[in-house]
Amino acid sequence: MIYREAGQFKTSYAADQAIFPILQDRIALAILLAVAFVAVPLMASDYFLSTILIPFLVFAVAAIGLNILTGYCGQLSLGTGGFMACGAYAAYKLATGFPELNIVLVFLLSGGVTALVGVAFGVPSLRIKGFYLAVATLAAQFFLIWLFTKVPWFVNYSASGVISAPPRAVFGWFVTGIEATPQAKYVFCLGFVAVLALVAKNLVRGRIGRAWMAIRDMDIAAEIIGIRPLHTKLLAFAVSSFYCGVAGALWAFIYTSSVEALAFDINRSFQILFMIIIGGLGSILGSFLGAAFIVMLPIFLNSVPTAMGVPLSTSMIAHMEFMIFGGLIVFFLIVEPHGLARLWQIGKEKLRLWPFPH
Amino acid sequence: MTRATASRQIGDTLLKVDGVSLGFGGVKALTDVSFDVRKGEIRAIIGPNGAGKSSMLNCINGFYHPSHGSISYKGIVRGAMRPHEAAKNGIARTFQNIALFKGMSTLDNIMTGRLLKMKRGFFWQCLHWGPARAEEIEHREVVERVIDFLEIQAIRKTPVGRLPYGLQKRVELGRALAAEPELLLLDEPMAGMNLEEKEDMCRFILDVNEQFGTTIALIEHDMGVVMDISDRVVVLEYGRKIADGTPDAVKSDPKVIEAYLGTGHA
Repeated sequence: MIYREAGQFKTSYAADQAIFPILQDRIALAILLAVAFVAVPLMASDYFLSTILIPFLVFAVAAIGLNILTGYCGQLSLGTGGFMACGAYAAYKLATGFPELNIVLVFLLSGGVTALVGVAFGVPSLRIKGFYLAVATLAAQFFLIWLFTKVPWFVNYSASGVISAPPRAVFGWFVTGIEATPQAKYVFCLGFVAVLALVAKNLVRGRIGRAWMAIRDMDIAAEIIGIRPLHTKLLAFAVSSFYCGVAGALWAFIYTSSVEALAFDINRSFQILFMIIIGGLGSILGSFLGAAFIVMLPIFLNSVPTAMGVPLSTSMIAHMEFMIFGGLIVFFLIVEPHGLARLWQIGKEKLRLWPFPH
Repeated sequence: MTRATASRQIGDTLLKVDGVSLGFGGVKALTDVSFDVRKGEIRAIIGPNGAGKSSMLNCINGFYHPSHGSISYKGIVRGAMRPHEAAKNGIARTFQNIALFKGMSTLDNIMTGRLLKMKRGFFWQCLHWGPARAEEIEHREVVERVIDFLEIQAIRKTPVGRLPYGLQKRVELGRALAAEPELLLLDEPMAGMNLEEKEDMCRFILDVNEQFGTTIALIEHDMGVVMDISDRVVVLEYGRKIADGTPDAVKSDPKVIEAYLGTGHA
């Protein structure tokens, strides 16, 4: 009864094309943003911020990136981890090479560098599709990690091979390095994520997004309409890699503060692929839901059985995690390929009619 | 959708196919086929299965490149042309098997037909504001006119995968129309339809031709439809042209009768 758009008439195409055409959704979003930006940093514990919320935000950026490429443009990629590493190392080289460069600019530039790398590895996508393309992106994954491990220039010749984020401030607040508080890191991360998510949404609902989806759904028809496949696919690779690169930079600088290339190995790529499958292919909201789900599940498995008086061993939890992920991925692939985002949508449609059956 | 003309006028040659041959390995799909399509007419290409009709359309819109012969469009002989270049030159088409974008809504599908006409660059697309939004709305208005024309207002927001076959065919026509083509290629627009759907589709094809002056080249198996709506018919068999002319002339051509019914002493 509460969630219903009765009486809200759209009188222009602009109103019809809004991201949130229903008033209740806009109010809900405003409340959510207020809570996320103001209430959470004031009230949440440091532990909650730095082990749950910040990784969730970083994963969400990476998931949006992969979703653009795989969910919207239909190009299966297993190179996400490699592209994240690329972003992380680019940010490190930029931040240490140009100490006076603003950290926001460092992150954006490292995204740009990753976009170029992504385009280079996206060129084969004109010729090969599906699993074969996945294997080609796998080459990117292994090559990039190998490169960052083997070439000492990327870690400024440090013996440990680990990169540590130098302290940097935005408006006088430290967001990276030892002095940065979890609150500052969280708000900085959240700002980045909010802007990047909005840009992604804008891209996918306009001309470019439609071209991506056309290539995904039927590339021959798309070509005959006048879409140039190579351009469109490479743009998807560029934008996707940009997001993955920024996610990698945020990971290295904000989340962990120091990182080695192996943090971005093939498992990371799979983890992000699982996020978009469970969250919803071809949905920006789904990227957030999938990221939240995968970050939360281990914590949920850790705390809930113990709280209920059924203590599980650590190895048991680790194994259960694998089993639940596996089961869920099979479940979603068969039953609901559009993932949690689709379930959310169905729930909203039901809610519009509630308490009436139809 | 702005070039409404009052009466039908058949003009000069728009497309000229001259001695086109096309082979796939040892298979000759087309052998020395020549015909023309005049501006403003409805031109049918008919023939038994495997006669090379679809291959002919694929040559016209640049999907295949003929091994011999030439195709001239608007008086200019084209070299090897990619499909997107054909689209830029005002050639749109529909497919024998529906080739819609299944994951997108009817509206988005038809909006893709406007892609070539949308110019705002990446930066504005990121913002989806100002010029990009104005452009989006401008093209939405054109698309809404196509939606009105085809009477599919109610399924605007429905994902096309959920639509029945006849409506999917209509959305596909809408996507081609949204590009405001000069030459519209229809590959079996009525295949698999029931009588009512066929009549609707015929009406839309005639209306498109009359109201917008769009030249139409269509492939169709339903002889009743072909004879009723087309101005001139070209008949292919085994990749060769066996007849060309008005429906009445073609209908009584002994070669055509033989191709369709077989010889008397077979």
